[in-house]
Amino acid sequence: MKRFIPLIVLLVMAGWIAGNWMPPKIAPNEFDLSKFGRIPVLVGGRVKPLDTVARNSLLIIHGKQELRLEDGRNLSAIQWLADVLFNASVADQYPVFLVQNDEVLGLFGWEQSQRKYFSFAEFSPFLKQIEEQGDQADKLEAVQRSAYQSAILNLRNGLVLYQRLKNSVQLEGTQNFAAELQAYEANLPGAAKAAVQAQRGESFDHSKLNDVAELIQKYEKVSEMAYALAVPPAKGSTDWHSVGDSLLHSVATGEIPPIVADYAQIGDAFRAGNHAAFDQHVDAAANWFATEQPGAVKRASFEFLFNRLQPFTQSMALYVLAFLLACASWLGWTRTLNRTAFYLLLLALAIHSFGLFSRMWLQERPPVTNLYSSAIFIGWGAVIVSLILERIFRDGIGAACAGAIGFVTLIIAHHLAGSGDTLEMLQAVLDTNIWLATHVVAITTGYSAMFLAGMLAIIYIVRGVFTSSLKKETANSLARMTYGVVCFATLFSFVGTVLGGIWADQSWGRFWGWDPKENGAVLIVLWCAIILHARWGGFIRQRGLMMMAVFGNIVTSFSWFGVNMLGVGLHSYGFMQKAFPWLLGFMISQLALITIASLPLEHWKSFRTSRISSGEELPDASTA
Amino acid sequence: MARKIVDLITSLKLTIVCLAAGMALILAGTLAQVHLGIHEAQQRYFQSWLVWWPAEGNGFRIPIFPGGHLIGAILLINLIAAHAKRFRWTWRKLGIHLTHAGLIIMLAGGLFTDLFAVESHMRLSRGDTRNYSEDQRHMELAVIDTTDNDLDQVTGIPESVLKTNRTINHWSLPFRIVVRNFYQNASLKISNEGSLRPIANQGPGAMIAVQPLAPTTAQDERDVPAAAIEILPKDGGSLGTWLVSDALGAPQTLSCGGRTWMLAMRTARYYKPYSVTLQKFTHEKYAGTEIPKNFASKVTLIDPERNVSRDVLIYMNHPLRYRGETFYQAGFQQDDSATILQVVHNPSFLAPYVACVIVAAGLLVQFGFHLVGFARQKRIVVT
Repeated sequence: MKRFIPLIVLLVMAGWIAGNWMPPKIAPNEFDLSKFGRIPVLVGGRVKPLDTVARNSLLIIHGKQELRLEDGRNLSAIQWLADVLFNASVADQYPVFLVQNDEVLGLFGWEQSQRKYFSFAEFSPFLKQIEEQGDQADKLEAVQRSAYQSAILNLRNGLVLYQRLKNSVQLEGTQNFAAELQAYEANLPGAAKAAVQAQRGESFDHSKLNDVAELIQKYEKVSEMAYALAVPPAKGSTDWHSVGDSLLHSVATGEIPPIVADYAQIGDAFRAGNHAAFDQHVDAAANWFATEQPGAVKRASFEFLFNRLQPFTQSMALYVLAFLLACASWLGWTRTLNRTAFYLLLLALAIHSFGLFSRMWLQERPPVTNLYSSAIFIGWGAVIVSLILERIFRDGIGAACAGAIGFVTLIIAHHLAGSGDTLEMLQAVLDTNIWLATHVVAITTGYSAMFLAGMLAIIYIVRGVFTSSLKKETANSLARMTYGVVCFATLFSFVGTVLGGIWADQSWGRFWGWDPKENGAVLIVLWCAIILHARWGGFIRQRGLMMMAVFGNIVTSFSWFGVNMLGVGLHSYGFMQKAFPWLLGFMISQLALITIASLPLEHWKSFRTSRISSGEELPDASTA
Repeated sequence: MARKIVDLITSLKLTIVCLAAGMALILAGTLAQVHLGIHEAQQRYFQSWLVWWPAEGNGFRIPIFPGGHLIGAILLINLIAAHAKRFRWTWRKLGIHLTHAGLIIMLAGGLFTDLFAVESHMRLSRGDTRNYSEDQRHMELAVIDTTDNDLDQVTGIPESVLKTNRTINHWSLPFRIVVRNFYQNASLKISNEGSLRPIANQGPGAMIAVQPLAPTTAQDERDVPAAAIEILPKDGGSLGTWLVSDALGAPQTLSCGGRTWMLAMRTARYYKPYSVTLQKFTHEKYAGTEIPKNFASKVTLIDPERNVSRDVLIYMNHPLRYRGETFYQAGFQQDDSATILQVVHNPSFLAPYVACVIVAAGLLVQFGFHLVGFARQKRIVVT
């Protein structure tokens, strides 16, 4: 029976994930937005499905990808977006804007209470004030802003985004958009004729001009405000346009692009609550896109699926479970639990890899392009190396490391995603796949290895000090693994750092510019070199190696995050003040572990009984 | 005693101490960049032999830490000495030897770059032609003989000479230049009654007061130096005192010995035997965003000496390398009306490329040996 436990657990977990992946059920009174959410638009320089626009916008404004209404109903991001686009007066009442700063609330005379979320309608009397205050804060560098200033600026940006979103396909408040467009199209030739006559100074029909002029004013406003560019490039062009833009352009062509008419019909049907008409016009739009923009549709559909599967969230759960099982295996049922953990890790890694490669395909880039993707990649790399160690040693240590690092890095990634699109376009200087694929990948692989070495050392210290489970063989194999992983880290960190220098030489004409991120990378290389030389010189033994590997966590976290917080230099992408307390906390915890490790060996539970000094256990340095 | 010294400079402990000192220095220098800016922090911490406290001033100063050059030099000596003393050829040590040989090349190349690389800028508006680049961090006093219609004779006096030499006597000039005042950084104002008095009595400078300022540390600002110089013809007498500063727009004119001269304080220039003309500068953004997609400068390169006349596109990650100099797309003017090319002359730019390959090969060999040994040992344990 025990033999089958790992397989059964694996199947149960796989089934659970398959359940998560089922498309959500649609209540009979709700619209089916799954096709609508796949329609591609251009936002932030990238073609993406409306579903992504909805999720990212809601994440920026609301802090989550889902909205809970006051009556207890849950709205998905795309449901919210549909209301914002087509039914703005309803969406204005939704409590979406996250405001927690009491000074910001005080600005409107509101007292801080349990309520964190506010609706656009509540802010509408204060828009001018918010804009003024936000502009003041905007003039300061991010580092100089107070908590109030950051919060008011966030609110302003959120409100701007929301209002632009509302006017992306129609002017908010428009009721019969399809009819309006028909009238517009019909009146265009007459108006054009009248305009020519007016220019020549001949008599012309004022009413014909007026009919259209009013609408043109409206469309100018939509064109100014639009957030999403919904009209794909015409034949022979590569530029997407907003609905407003293309309606203004219609003055010259006399035609309205079919997709704009479709959007109008979709909106009208949505407002009228007419499910059949809605489905019919969404289908028409989807079919039109499929023939006009097959590439964009393919990617957008895949991204829609990717959004629903949430691969990183699924693997996060698996990593935690595997970590717990691997730790439990040191207490008993060793083989069974070990194997279960290993199977679960393989499943988690498969899903993690699916997510990573999907992102690469969607972006057509190497895996690491920003801080978010670096977290995903560091976790992925560390999990693979850990699983190789687990295959060699089969003692649960690699599995525990894989679970812990996989989980923590994905949690970090999750928190880094708050600023919106994680597949954002790259700044001009980063727009080179060769260097992203070599320098960045090597550096982040180095980070992976450093964290893995640190994790192995933590296991050594915690098991050694607090439990009696650290047997001599286990301690020796941990030491060998740590040493090997440090070697691996040295290689990748060094090569990555130098490749970065070469990239800099190619781009800016200097190999080394003492930019903070470069310095962070070289700190890792130096620390690795110190560990290796101290080991070769016999200045440290097993315990010293472990303490230094834990310190490596501090060096690596400084290099990964710390230098970005300085706000200097060419690599200062992704400034994150919010992460500072976390980083500090992490560093302090690592120092605490080093302090614990420096306890005399007779206080180590594992060594108290066996009375073996760590020095005698040390395998010969030259063979390690 | 001699033996002890040899032991010390070849010891592994010294290596570790140097590496640790290097880490501390880099950490301190990186944190200092927040307040000092990258350039100043680099000068104080990395491109120096010692780090001083207080960092500036002529008063009492003590060195508090070895600087980048000192640590690098000691490491280099330690590395070379240790290998000279302990070098034994075995295949097992191949990786270690390769790694360290590569590091020697890298450290030496870094030192060489620090000493000999020259960075300057070329700012071009559309249609502009330049046969020189400018050094934003250094100024020069240009004394130009404009008497001939088709040829100007330029005598450039570097800022460092103005700063230290009171009297400048150059063979090409019929007069001596005496520096009366020199300010590293200053702002100029129209002189009013009761405020600061002018320090010059000729040209526009006679109406301008000079307000000395502390040198700037901000990354996007630079010092505006000013000086008062007196012109003393070599055959006796004085023509008066002029105020020179690059904050004064146009150059000033004076006559001496029947010839016409222009005076201008300007950024130091490096003249080239070829010229570069900007045809077009493009700044692309991703649709609907402010995120830059590409910057590109289309220039014409004309080198009469080598019979070269061709168009070149300089853009992100694609510099122009020509006659030992490299032109990179470094920036642009706010309204896209001008491009800024960085011009770098670095004779040791190949060193890191070579070093990287050697060290990477060395580490691979070394850790490859470990891995083989590791797997073998593991197999014994398992069986």
